[in-house]
Amino acid sequence: MSIFALGIELDGEGSHPAAWRRASHPPSESLSGRTLTQKVRAAENAGFTLATFDDSIVPPRSGLGARVDAVNRASFVAAATSTIGLVPVVETTYAEPFHTSSQLATLDYASRGRGGWIPTRVADPAAARAWGRTLLTDQADLDREQGDSVTVVRDLWDSWDDDAVIRDHASGRFLDRDKLHYVDFEGVTFTVKGPAIVPRPPQGQLVVFGTEADRELVDVVLVTDPARRSDGLTFVEIAVTLDTPGVTATDRLAALNEHHQAPESSRLEYVGPATGFVELLADLAAHADGVRLFPTVIDEDLPVLARYVLPALFKSGVAHRPVPGSSLRGNLGLVRPANRYARV
Amino acid sequence: MSYDIRTRAQVHFGVFFQGVNHTTIWSDPASGSQIDFETFRRMITTAERGLFDAFFLGEGLRLREQDGKILDLDIAGRPDAIAQLSALAAITEHIGLVATQNTTYNEPGDLARRLAGLDILSDGRAGWNAVTTDNAWTGENFRRGGFLDHELRYERAGQFIRTARAIWDSWDDDTNAARHLDVSTSQFDISLDATLPRSPQGHPVIFQAGDSPTGRDFAAANADVIFSGHGTHFDDALAFADDIRARLLAAGRPADDIKILPGTQIVLAEKASEVEEKRRWVLDGQYTGQTALSLAGLVWGRDLSDLDPDGPLPADDPVPAPISVTRGAARDGKDPIAIAKQWRALADAKNLSLREVVIETSERSGFVGTPGQVADELTRWVRAGASDGFNISPYIVPGGLDEIVDWLVPELQERGAYRTEYTSTTLRGHLGLREPLTRRQNTTTDGSATG
Repeated sequence: MSIFALGIELDGEGSHPAAWRRASHPPSESLSGRTLTQKVRAAENAGFTLATFDDSIVPPRSGLGARVDAVNRASFVAAATSTIGLVPVVETTYAEPFHTSSQLATLDYASRGRGGWIPTRVADPAAARAWGRTLLTDQADLDREQGDSVTVVRDLWDSWDDDAVIRDHASGRFLDRDKLHYVDFEGVTFTVKGPAIVPRPPQGQLVVFGTEADRELVDVVLVTDPARRSDGLTFVEIAVTLDTPGVTATDRLAALNEHHQAPESSRLEYVGPATGFVELLADLAAHADGVRLFPTVIDEDLPVLARYVLPALFKSGVAHRPVPGSSLRGNLGLVRPANRYARV
Repeated sequence: MSYDIRTRAQVHFGVFFQGVNHTTIWSDPASGSQIDFETFRRMITTAERGLFDAFFLGEGLRLREQDGKILDLDIAGRPDAIAQLSALAAITEHIGLVATQNTTYNEPGDLARRLAGLDILSDGRAGWNAVTTDNAWTGENFRRGGFLDHELRYERAGQFIRTARAIWDSWDDDTNAARHLDVSTSQFDISLDATLPRSPQGHPVIFQAGDSPTGRDFAAANADVIFSGHGTHFDDALAFADDIRARLLAAGRPADDIKILPGTQIVLAEKASEVEEKRRWVLDGQYTGQTALSLAGLVWGRDLSDLDPDGPLPADDPVPAPISVTRGAARDGKDPIAIAKQWRALADAKNLSLREVVIETSERSGFVGTPGQVADELTRWVRAGASDGFNISPYIVPGGLDEIVDWLVPELQERGAYRTEYTSTTLRGHLGLREPLTRRQNTTTDGSATG
């Protein structure tokens, strides 16, 4: 493959439940826009192609137990960054697809074409109670809501042709209504008429990420097993703990686990020096299209990634910095898709 | 009613980025994109330079239609309010960020969280203009679908706001964690842990715009600010403000506990001799020939788009019951035959074309004059208690605030009627509002609010 894109998960202070203890700011600053901007800018300056933001209506069970919703976080940093892709998680099980579509399209406008989306199922019964909706627990129900939501959100993004705003003085028309489309989606639990309230986003379609179960719905498949390959783009998720000046990764992890044992994860895990991680990524680049890194402590691991890992990958040509002014789609080698409704 | 404090009262400005309606001119070369971020950046930067209290976004849940077809004459296409305001929060420092959000097609667990997120990221600058919808037509875009009984829309809205406040209040400052919250009402049955602490302003500032007696009582019970429709005629505005003050007292709140910001339009010309020409230019842009035909079509109950707008009114009478309904638009029907008769009389008396009649009969909106004239008038309004300021809808974007900030604000400042710098960091602080309603020790003795 021609690309090997570097993504980084930036929710909270890192993937470890005790990560907040090692953050470089006091806990009271953890939720602030300043702290968020600092992290995302650090990732952008390091050369990451995209940042992801985990989320749920159910608060995190560990750490500070608090977080701003991911769309708000991604939107907030949109105007404070220029190159990095911004990819929030938005749950599909109970949310309104019409709102989700508008929120993400707005992110794409605010970021000038750098928006993405990780749609997720939420099986935690606490989510249904927080929404006040009928609890869904069957996998088939969760899958159906996921599929229907992604489908209708994508339909809504295409419900305006790119040239629907005509500003035709002669006829007095701002819009060409023939270039707006009712999506008329009918699912089992909801229907959506359309068209969208937001014009077609700059990328046409934001980049959608999902697991192999969502292969048909998404642009990029996220896998936890590096041996897996999917049709289309495949990103490997990796938990990473790196040696920092004076402390080995193993010792860092052990100290964190003394506070709070990290839960089991199916993700590939790397614990060690930067050099070994560079080698691992170079190997992965041969058969994956990118990675989504889960730093154990963002404020400790990101500086090592920025100083040692990414420069080595750029130098050897394994990966490339994203191109300023390019869309996220462009930086992932994805074309801007034709509109499913537009008449040729 | 009069208040001593009013002799020094300050004019507060908000800007309402409409995103719909024919009153935003799109045909002029100076009219920019309605959706590109740069338009919003420029507007909010100008408003902040002009020391405005708030930047205000509307909400769209369905594109407007007329005769079952998407209305194609007006501006359309706008961002999600909260996401857009979060983006704008990052490039501003002081100005309040107010999102219009519907209580019918949202759920409190989700919306309270997103508003709190905006409030945290902006360090206490968020506002929520809570609006209601009751029609099944909008519901076609949402899970809930269907029709919310008209009577129930305020019941749901009241429960919604109280639930949102309970969610924001459920964060315990002492333990720095959420207390589990259960809410069970006729509209909501939820159980959750909040995901965020409160911002420096406590709660997002709550705006409300309803004007019916029920809407006014609703505001008196729940709102911090009223975005009123009384922004053109002084007596009407004063009567409205007096009515709200009376309702506040009846609700057990201080009479100045709600700030009233009427929506309005301001048209400025540098010289008195240029005022009429400028007014005419704005009206010409707002009422294009096709828009005039469309508005006349609402009266006649049929499609008039093939007529010549510069020709006469239709010769026939409107059909008694309008067969068309404009959905999502503000115009509602009075007796169409009476209106047509009135319009014909006007056309005959002044020899006016269809378009000229539509312009002549359009609701006069806002203030027109030189910066000095308008500054005098706005100051008079605020010091007489007719309003606390104004929520200005620019007739063109993104440049529509430039003259207001460059010409009008200095005139107001010279009169001592407008701040010369921001003196607080939160929206609640800019507006001089008390603590959130649910977070007061004693409502009636707290006199911290000032004009």
